[in-house]
Amino acid sequence: MLFLLQDGITNGAVYALLGLALVLVFAVTRVILIPQGEFVTYGALTYASLSAGHMPGTAKLAVAMGVAAFAFDLFVARRALHWRLIARAFVVNIVLPCILLALTAWLADRHPPVAVNIALSLVIVAAIGLFLYRLAFQPLAHTSVLVLLIASVGCHLALQGLGLLFFGAEGQRGPTIMDAAVTAGPLRFTGQSIAVYAITAAFIVGLWLFFGFTLYGKALRATAVNRLGARLVGVRTTLSGQIAFLLASVIGALSGILIVPITTLYYDTGFLIGLKGFIAAIIGGLVSYPLTAVAALVVGIVEAFSSFYASNVKEVIVFTLLVPVLLLRSLTAPAVEEEKD
Amino acid sequence: MRERLPVLLFAVAMAAIPLIPGMPPFWIVLLDNIGLSALVAMGLVLLTGVGGLTSFGQAAFCGFGAYTTAVLTTAYGVSPWLTLPLSLLVSGFAAVLLALVTVRLSGHYLPLGTIAWGLGLFYLFSKLEFLGRNDGISAIPPLAIGSFRMIDPGAIYYAIWTAVLISALLTMNLLDSRTGRAIRALRRGHIAAEAFGVRTPRTKLLVFIYAAVLAGLSGWLYAHFQRAANPTPFGAQAGIEYLFIAVVGGAGYVWGGVLGAAIVVILKEILQSYLPYLFHGEGQLETIVFGILLVVLLQLAPTGVWPWLMTRLPFKPDRKRPDKTLTLPARMRAAGTPGALLQIDHARKQFGGVIAVNDVSFDVQAREIVALIGPNGAGKSTTFNLITGVLASSGGTISVHGRNIDKAPPQEVAKLGIARTFQHVKLVPDMSVLENVAIGAHLRGHAGAISSMLRLDRSDEARLLAEAARQIERVGLGDQIDALAGSLSLGQQRIVEIARALCVDPMLLLLDEPAAGLRHLEKQQLAALLRQLRDGGMSVLLVEHDMGFVMDLADRIVVLDFGTKIAEGTPAAIKTNPEVIKAYLGAVA
Repeated sequence: MLFLLQDGITNGAVYALLGLALVLVFAVTRVILIPQGEFVTYGALTYASLSAGHMPGTAKLAVAMGVAAFAFDLFVARRALHWRLIARAFVVNIVLPCILLALTAWLADRHPPVAVNIALSLVIVAAIGLFLYRLAFQPLAHTSVLVLLIASVGCHLALQGLGLLFFGAEGQRGPTIMDAAVTAGPLRFTGQSIAVYAITAAFIVGLWLFFGFTLYGKALRATAVNRLGARLVGVRTTLSGQIAFLLASVIGALSGILIVPITTLYYDTGFLIGLKGFIAAIIGGLVSYPLTAVAALVVGIVEAFSSFYASNVKEVIVFTLLVPVLLLRSLTAPAVEEEKD
Repeated sequence: MRERLPVLLFAVAMAAIPLIPGMPPFWIVLLDNIGLSALVAMGLVLLTGVGGLTSFGQAAFCGFGAYTTAVLTTAYGVSPWLTLPLSLLVSGFAAVLLALVTVRLSGHYLPLGTIAWGLGLFYLFSKLEFLGRNDGISAIPPLAIGSFRMIDPGAIYYAIWTAVLISALLTMNLLDSRTGRAIRALRRGHIAAEAFGVRTPRTKLLVFIYAAVLAGLSGWLYAHFQRAANPTPFGAQAGIEYLFIAVVGGAGYVWGGVLGAAIVVILKEILQSYLPYLFHGEGQLETIVFGILLVVLLQLAPTGVWPWLMTRLPFKPDRKRPDKTLTLPARMRAAGTPGALLQIDHARKQFGGVIAVNDVSFDVQAREIVALIGPNGAGKSTTFNLITGVLASSGGTISVHGRNIDKAPPQEVAKLGIARTFQHVKLVPDMSVLENVAIGAHLRGHAGAISSMLRLDRSDEARLLAEAARQIERVGLGDQIDALAGSLSLGQQRIVEIARALCVDPMLLLLDEPAAGLRHLEKQQLAALLRQLRDGGMSVLLVEHDMGFVMDLADRIVVLDFGTKIAEGTPAAIKTNPEVIKAYLGAVA
C-alpha cells in the first residue's frame, strides 16, 4: 500500500511538472502543447544517448531548426533589414545551436559527468522548444485556439517521427542522478525519487517566484490575460511566447531526465506521459498552478493503484478520472460570457 | 433548385468516375476512404467550425457505428441494412450521454473533455471481450442488394458517396434555416442567442448528436467496406486526424469537410508511397513530413483551403431576396392593461463585495420612452442584464405586466416580449445582416431541425426572412441586407441589433447605448424611429450617454450613480436636479 502511494507520488510529481508547463504555455500563447510529450522523450533519450556515449540526433535537429528560424526571421524583417538585426538573428539561430552541436560531438565519446550530460540535454531541448515556437506558432499567434491546436498536433507528429529516426524503436534507460538511498520504516526512498520530489518542489516554488516577483513573469501573466493590452503597454508578446516555450521545453526535458532512470522510455512514450500531465492541467482548469500540482499527484496515485489492482484498464481509469471533474466544472460553470475568437 | 446545381454536377461527376475505363482500382479505394472521412469531417464542420464546439472524440462515434453493426451481423446474423438504423441510434445515444457531461463545458474544457473520453472509449473498445479486444471483429458480411454483394471497392463506392452527398445536402439545408442560424450563433457566445429565445444547451446537444450520427454512419460504412473492425481506426489519433481534416478544408464550410478529406487522404497516400523511395524508407518519414506540411498549410491558409478557393472564384453566387408580402402573426397585446408594463422594485445585484445595483426601483409604462442614465459604472448595463434574465438578481422583484420574472431565463423573458440590444455588439460577423436579424424572429418560427433538413420548413422560413427584411428596411439598412454583419461600421451594427430586436415584435425594447458611433443625422433618424415605435404602442428603455439625444427623446429619465437611483423625472427636471449635476460634474465648489 505505502509502496504504491510512494510510487504514485513519484509519478505524480513528474505529471505535476508537465501539467505546470502546459498551463504556462496555454495561458501565455493559447497553444495546447501536445508536443510537450516529445520534449520529455527528447530530454530523456538525449540524456540516455549522451550517457551511453552516442551522439544524439536532437543536437542536429536544433541546428536544422535554427537555420529555418533564421530564414523566417530574415523573411519577416525583409523590408527593414539592418546589420544588427541580422547579426543578432544569426547569433541566436545559427551560432548557438552550432556551438551546441560541436560541444555535443566533442563530449559524446568522452563520458562526461552526469551533471554535464543533464545540462547539455536540457540546453539542446530548450533550443528545440524555442525554435519550435518561432517556426510553428509565432506566425499563427493571431489565429484561433483551434488552429493552434491543430498546428500543435502537426508538430507532435513531426517531432515524434523524428524521435523514432533519432533514437530508434528500442527503449532506453539512463543512469540515475543519485545512487544513495534512505530507508524510513517500511519505505525505501531511492536517491532518484528524492531528486524527483526536490526538483518538482523547487520548480513549483521557482515558477511561483518568477510569476509573482519578476518583471518578465508579470509580463507573461499580462500576456496571458490580454494579449492586445499587454502589447499596448509595451510587453513583447512574441518574447512572452518564446519564454513560455523555453520554460516548457526545459521542464519537459527535465521530467524526462528524472524518469528515464526509473522506467524505460521509448520514442513515443512521451505522448502518454504528457497526456497525464494534461489531465492534471485540465483538473487545474488550465489556470491554477497549485491545483494542477495537487491534481497531478492524485493522477499519479490513482495510476499507481489501478496499475497494481487492474492493470488492464489502467488507462481507462486514469482518463475517466476526468469525468467527475468535468461534471463538477460544468455544474459550477460561471454564467459570464467569454469572448471567443 | 438553382443553388443546388453545383452539387448536382458534383454528384454526376462522382458517379461517372468508376465508369471511366482503365480507372485504377487503387484510386477508387482512395475515393472510398475520402468519402468515409468526409462524412465524419462534415459532422465536425457543423460541430466545431459552425457551432464552435471542438471535439477530438469523433472517431469514437465511428467506433460505435462500426462495432454495433459488426457485433450484430457476425454474432446474431442480422442483415446489415437493419443494423444501419441501430448503428446510428447507438452513436446518437452515446452522443447524448457524453454530451450531457461535456457540452455544457465552456471554452477549452470541451475539447479537452472530448480527448479524455475519446481515449477512454478507445481503451474500452480494445479491452472488451465481446468486441474482440485488440484484434477486433472480422468477417463482417458485405452490404448486399438482392444478390448484388458490394465486395468490390467500386461497388461500395456508390453507397459511400451517396451517403456523403445526401449528408452534405441535409447539412446545407440545416444550416440555411431557423435552427441553422441558432447553431451558427452558438460560436459567438450564448447570451445574444438566448436573448432571442434560442435554447442554447439544446442546440448544442442537437449538433453534437448530428455530428455523432454522421460519424456513426461513416463507421457503419467502414465496417462493411473493410469487413472488419478493430480499435485502431477509432482511437485518439484518428479523432485528431478528423479534426484536422475539417480545419485544413475549412472548418466553417460543409464542402470544406469534403475537400479537407481529399487533401489529407491523398497527401498521406502520396507520402506513404513515394517518400520511402526518395529516402530509402527509414522510420516514420511520412508522419514527419505530414506534420510539417500541416503546419505550413495552416500558416498559408489559417481559415482552411475551401474559403481560400472560394474567394478566388470569378463569380459570386447571387442571393435570393425574401418575398416581403409574407407576414408573421403579430403578438397579442393586452389592450389597456392597468399598471406598469415593467415594474422594478428594489432590484439588487451584488458581485462579491461590490453592489452593482442597490435597491433600484422604477417602472416603464406602455407607450413610453424611459432613459436610464448615469456615469460609467453606475449599474445601467447590470440593470439591463437583471431585467433580461442574463444575471440573477440578489434581491427585489422585477415584473412584466404584474408577472414576476426574477427567476426567468432569458428565453422566457424574450417570450414575454422584451427584446434588447447590447452595449458591446453581439452579432455573428460572418453571417449576413438578413440572417442576423432573422435570429430575432427565432421564437416566431416553428420549424425544427428535421423539417429544415428535409426542406419542409420553407413557408415558415420565408415568413421569418420576410419579417427580418421588413425590419431592416424600417431601420434604413435596406442596402446592406446581404452584407456580412462584420463588414458594417460599428454604428450600423448597432442599428442591425435594433432591427434584430424589432423582429421579436416586442412590447418593450431595451437599447444599450444605441446612438454610440452614429453620426448626427443618423442619431436624428434613430430618434425619429424610436418615437414612431412608441406611437405605434411600443415602450423603450434606453441607456445612453449622449445627453442631447436623451433629453430630446425621453419622456422620463432615471438617473443611477454607483448602483443607486439618485433622481427620476422629466428631462427638464433632471437637467436642473442638483444631485444629478453633482454626480456628473462633481460637487459645486
